Amino acid sequence: MFNFIILIFIYTAIYSLLAMGQNVITGYTGMLSLCQAGFFAIGSYATALLSVKCGWNFWATLPVSIGLSALFGLLIGLPTLRLKGDYLCIATLGFGEIVRNILINWMSLTNGPNGVQRIPMVKIFGFAINPRSRNWQYLIFCVIWVLVCYLLFERLARSRMGRAMEAIREDEIAAASNGINVTKYKVAAFMLGAGVAGLAGSLQAELILSVMPSTYTFMLSVMVLCMVVLGGMGNFKAVIFGAFIIEVIDYLPKMLGLTSVLPPQFKQILFGLILVVMMICRPQGILGRQNNAFKRPREAAK
Amino acid sequence: MSFAEFFQHFINGVTLGGTYALIALGYTMVYGILGFINFAHGDILMVGAYIGLFTFNALRGSQDFGLWPTVAFFIAMVVSMVFCACLGMLTERIAYKPLRKATRLAPLLSAIGVSFILSNTAAWLWGTQSRRFPKPFEDQAISFGGVSVTPHQILILVVTVIMMVAMQLYVTKTRMGKAMRATSLDQDTARLMGINSDHVISLTFAIGSALAACGGILIALDFTCYPTMGTMTGTKAFVAAVIGGIGNIPGAMLGGVILGLLETFGVAILGIPTGMRDTIAFVALIIILLVKPEGILGKAEKEKV
Amino acid sequence: MNLLYTEGLTREFGGIIAVSNVDFEVEEGLITGLIGPNGAGKTTCFNNMTGLDTPTKGKVFFKVNGEDKDITGWPAYKICRLGIARTFQNIRLFKELTVGENIMVGCHFKTGKSPFSGRFTNAIRSYVRMKDETEELYERTRKWMEFFNLAQFEYETAKNLPYGQQRELEIARAMASDPKLLFLDEPAAGMNPNETEDLMKTILRIRDLGVTVVLIEHDMRLVMQICDNITVLNYGQKIACGTPNDIKHDPQVIEAYLGKEDEE
Repeated sequence: MFNFIILIFIYTAIYSLLAMGQNVITGYTGMLSLCQAGFFAIGSYATALLSVKCGWNFWATLPVSIGLSALFGLLIGLPTLRLKGDYLCIATLGFGEIVRNILINWMSLTNGPNGVQRIPMVKIFGFAINPRSRNWQYLIFCVIWVLVCYLLFERLARSRMGRAMEAIREDEIAAASNGINVTKYKVAAFMLGAGVAGLAGSLQAELILSVMPSTYTFMLSVMVLCMVVLGGMGNFKAVIFGAFIIEVIDYLPKMLGLTSVLPPQFKQILFGLILVVMMICRPQGILGRQNNAFKRPREAAK
Repeated sequence: MSFAEFFQHFINGVTLGGTYALIALGYTMVYGILGFINFAHGDILMVGAYIGLFTFNALRGSQDFGLWPTVAFFIAMVVSMVFCACLGMLTERIAYKPLRKATRLAPLLSAIGVSFILSNTAAWLWGTQSRRFPKPFEDQAISFGGVSVTPHQILILVVTVIMMVAMQLYVTKTRMGKAMRATSLDQDTARLMGINSDHVISLTFAIGSALAACGGILIALDFTCYPTMGTMTGTKAFVAAVIGGIGNIPGAMLGGVILGLLETFGVAILGIPTGMRDTIAFVALIIILLVKPEGILGKAEKEKV
Repeated sequence: MNLLYTEGLTREFGGIIAVSNVDFEVEEGLITGLIGPNGAGKTTCFNNMTGLDTPTKGKVFFKVNGEDKDITGWPAYKICRLGIARTFQNIRLFKELTVGENIMVGCHFKTGKSPFSGRFTNAIRSYVRMKDETEELYERTRKWMEFFNLAQFEYETAKNLPYGQQRELEIARAMASDPKLLFLDEPAAGMNPNETEDLMKTILRIRDLGVTVVLIEHDMRLVMQICDNITVLNYGQKIACGTPNDIKHDPQVIEAYLGKEDEE
């Protein structure tokens, strides 16, 4: 039971990274992207393949996994971001599926549907963190990453870059007329979101110690989207809170031993309902948008 | 490749494309009027296929082929179309209508939610295994000089063509069609001209969903029925709508056929592995968005400032 | 001396000529009016000069550091960075952001080094020292809020402002980029006479800051009172150009606005 609760927290941590990425893209810049699962998969496979096939250390694979995801963010972003927002969600949905298709079909590299097994554990100063027997250590490891990313994103939200992104969300034409390079910020948001999803992917690979293409489905992207919508778009704290709620819903039936009573589709149906009901009753999410308006620095000091 | 072979793939492609086109019509009509992608459209197609399957099985009796099963097939098709029309209107009323004045993202997210509810409820009620749609008549291929055409392909083509012609006539020739076009151009002005735009929107969803049901049955006839069939097929149909020019009815037809041909020829000639078949549609989407984002028959629109 | 001028500016929309061969000139330091009946192509002209639309033919020149620069077809954000700001006919504020934030976006490119440009160390330094940057930014924002009497609304969400203030805020946002040239697209539309009076004073104050102003306006009283030069468009063509007094007596302009006398 205790282990189970820790597992929920670990998943909350990993998914809050994904959700924070989604929040930069959707909550801040106002683009609906549906391929967090794709970037997540790229991150996972980068870590898995480099550490298994090339014997790299986790810390060496991490920059590759983040960089590669961000690069794919750039590749998918550049052609599609100049277009109307609605096309973007289909194009990104397609991208997520293409990634999964490639993972399944490229047998020689990814070992197809069976995935990659026996990924070496993370080592910090020669001390291996075993996510199974010492999962609380792995939890701390993940929470540190979440904290770092949270602080970075919080900073971003209050910087001119964050403000430019919000301006783009509100009105692209007015933003362009005020000297904001719309395409650049959109691509930047996309790359940030993708990069942090890559990081989450690496953490996921180190948690399960194996990767399989069946993890990275469209369902996962929608789940991440749900976290952002539920918590509150444009609010990083709320998004972490949303991730926690969704993860609890995800594991509640298992925890309470209700798996035999409830249909296996129960939680997906619930996620769907959450999206619809939230949009109709409380589109700003449970916690609402965060207020980045700054306080008068001089007067606050006085 | 011989001429016969080429023609064979051509026929296969057109049949596949015809079903895409039917589904694409629903996307295009909703997009034309409300300006958002109805994600749940693909799942309505899936529900349509299942309802068609159940009705057909119930009506068919013990007879395998013959006159009665053929009649039963068409009855099942009509039942499923009516059911889906109601379902479409219902989803519109519950999930989209309260969001007409909301932000651009809201209806899109709501539609994703509806899509999830529909596909997972179907999986729960009817199981996740895929089901074969029994053929209403004997699957004896007819050969024309090396090109074989199955009766089902002919059925798909005939139904598709009839539906499309009917649709085009309805939209261009009738009063309600005119109201529909007016609403798609400017909802508020249409309302001022005495058009009940809520009514028109409901009707659009009804027609689009009925066509989706029809397309769903035809696709199930060609492949199988399973709860997630809507997601991929629906997305491809959307791609077809974009290729032809979204909001444009002949464009949806053209786009559907082009996509169908691309897929069959992509697998047959370029040797793209069958597992990667779904990728073709998305690559096509990205290319069309880069080259001619308004689609082949669409008109370029710029946001007015 | 011309700050901005166009040479044969033409914009066609699928066979319809919205703007045809217009030579528009804006003299530095003055207020130029662009008037004409509805549908004369005024806003299209604006869009082509501010980068939101690309002309079919013709060129747009803007004086940068004493040299005329061809800015035809430049993207909007680059044109803004050269020192051309604008407002919109149907107000386009960042509705969910506060008044302060709206103005801050206006100063966007004036402040700080973007993390993507300049040397890497510079970028890191600007990131770490965000506080200083914020203060500098705040001072600027404060200045413009006071200039437009918006200080009491600082934390108000833009969409909650009264109509007149929304117009003012849009001008404030445009001014926050310290432009040399300010385009106002029907700033007085929907205003009552008192508000128009205030707006007129504001525009004159903006001119006194040394900013050249171009405005599209239907309120003839306002145009005639504050404009130094007026250009008249009709059916996409320039039909007259001159001081308010010339324009008032120009037979072609009278015809465009009132119709031919012998038609009756």
